[in-house]
Amino acid sequence: MSFAFHDQTLEKIAALRERYPQPQALVLPLLWLAQEQEGWLKPGVFEAVAALAETAPMEVYRVATFYTMFHLEPVGTYHIQVCKTLSCKLCGQAEILEALKAKLGIGVGETTGDGRFTLSEVECLGACGSGPMLQVNETNHENLTVEKLERILEGLA
Amino acid sequence: MKDVRIVSRRFGTPNSHTLESALADGAYMRLKEAFAMGPEAIVARVDASGLRGKGGGGAPAGSKWKLMPREDPRPSYLAVNCDESEPGTFKDRQIISKDPHLLIEGIILTCFAIGAHHGYIYIRGEYAPFQKILQRAVDEAYAAGYLGATVDGFDYPLDITIHRGAGAYICGEKSAMLESLEGKRGHPRLKPKQKEPEWYFSNPTLVNNVETIATVPFIVYEGPEAYRAFGTEQSPGTLLFAMSGHVERPGVYEAEFGTPMLEYIEHFGGGVRGGRKLKAVIPGGASTKVLTAEEAAQTTLDYETLRAMRSSLGTGGMIVMDETTDMVAALKNLLEFYRHESCGQCTPCREGTGWSDALLQRVLEGRGSAKDLDTLLELAETMNGKTICVFAPAVADVITGFLTKFRSEFEARTAG
Repeated sequence: MSFAFHDQTLEKIAALRERYPQPQALVLPLLWLAQEQEGWLKPGVFEAVAALAETAPMEVYRVATFYTMFHLEPVGTYHIQVCKTLSCKLCGQAEILEALKAKLGIGVGETTGDGRFTLSEVECLGACGSGPMLQVNETNHENLTVEKLERILEGLA
Repeated sequence: MKDVRIVSRRFGTPNSHTLESALADGAYMRLKEAFAMGPEAIVARVDASGLRGKGGGGAPAGSKWKLMPREDPRPSYLAVNCDESEPGTFKDRQIISKDPHLLIEGIILTCFAIGAHHGYIYIRGEYAPFQKILQRAVDEAYAAGYLGATVDGFDYPLDITIHRGAGAYICGEKSAMLESLEGKRGHPRLKPKQKEPEWYFSNPTLVNNVETIATVPFIVYEGPEAYRAFGTEQSPGTLLFAMSGHVERPGVYEAEFGTPMLEYIEHFGGGVRGGRKLKAVIPGGASTKVLTAEEAAQTTLDYETLRAMRSSLGTGGMIVMDETTDMVAALKNLLEFYRHESCGQCTPCREGTGWSDALLQRVLEGRGSAKDLDTLLELAETMNGKTICVFAPAVADVITGFLTKFRSEFEARTAG
């Protein structure tokens, strides 16, 4: 049940280690690799990362809690992150968010019962000229309309 | 209006991000000239050009480069700041996705100039779609011999490593970025009294914004006077300015410094959307003091003019607001941003951002008083100049800008 990096990942990590003066620099890259493998930073991750980065598990936990994109709890298969900052807000973000909440039947910060969708509001995603917009996992959907939302959700099988 | 394309020259070319396309347009072809010039000459060119950092601070790049040691047993590093998280700013993402090889060539020249053999690109975690494109370009550069044990056959080992952030606006602050690159929380570092290089694991390190580095090839190959042919005396060259909000054609459009703001908005942006009346413009990303429409009419897009108006050019990302804008709601939106993004290490900032957001929430809900508005201004004063980094002073500017220039809207929302 405990976490372990896959063998191919360990090879990647060894190569990555060569690129930094000290192993502590690996903390963020390793947290990303662990999250990509498991979907979230499950028990055992901090110990495994700490061993490779030559630091303490509690230090890794401390770092992980600072950054918004690291999940310390499971998230839905599709993490829908809607930008809430000023430019998007000025261009109709509120309507998009309300439509999403209605379609998914959940509020901000919640996950659908079937575990497929988690809905979040996030700060500026750097797409200010094409708002309102959202990110599903690592894909951007920009210039949103309520009609487009339908197609986006349908596309997520 | 001059159509100047220094860094955006290739943005419209199909497949501009590929090595094949970049080579066809001359990428990497003149590296030999630069190597023949030597590192000191390259630094001198950048210094003479007056190039100013394009990450929001506008500090002279040459001054930072000249701080890097020449005779030091420790290795030097370059860390390129691609953390682009300032609301209203979306220009560096254009470079890394549409002309990544321009950035790579800029990194090669910069590293050679400062004697660094490793350049890190710190990219915000949310830019994963663009990170893929950038990584592919780096891989192409390695495969073609522009990176690795030699650079285009020249005996200079050079590596580029892309390092992914994980969601923290404050990691765009250069010392916080380096903390994060060291595997820690992004807490900005105390600033030394005398100017000295940044450090990465105790090694001398230069930090520059993506667009700053992408401008280096032009300056090195065409010379500093070619760069100074554009812009103003104190703000030479161009910037990838941007517009978002209530404008017909939001987007990123390169222009020379000194361009009048309203002409820029009209020419590139098509003016205020739907022909409505302009109400306000945030000139250079959320952290710059808001301008009224009257002030915008007097503004030219350069560092010195915005400074004289007690605002700042920042990243040049203009947020345009028309007459329908609720300025109380707009300020609330920004205060939530700052509350979320405060790193928390300095009390005036950590407490001030939380408190000011809570106060404005009361005002927005109609439960605030005129005294609350005064308290907000006091909070702004508490956050100004008493913290480790400039995040809190920016919040102070945001609060005072909105409250003093649009006071009547806030007063109308209070009980008295």
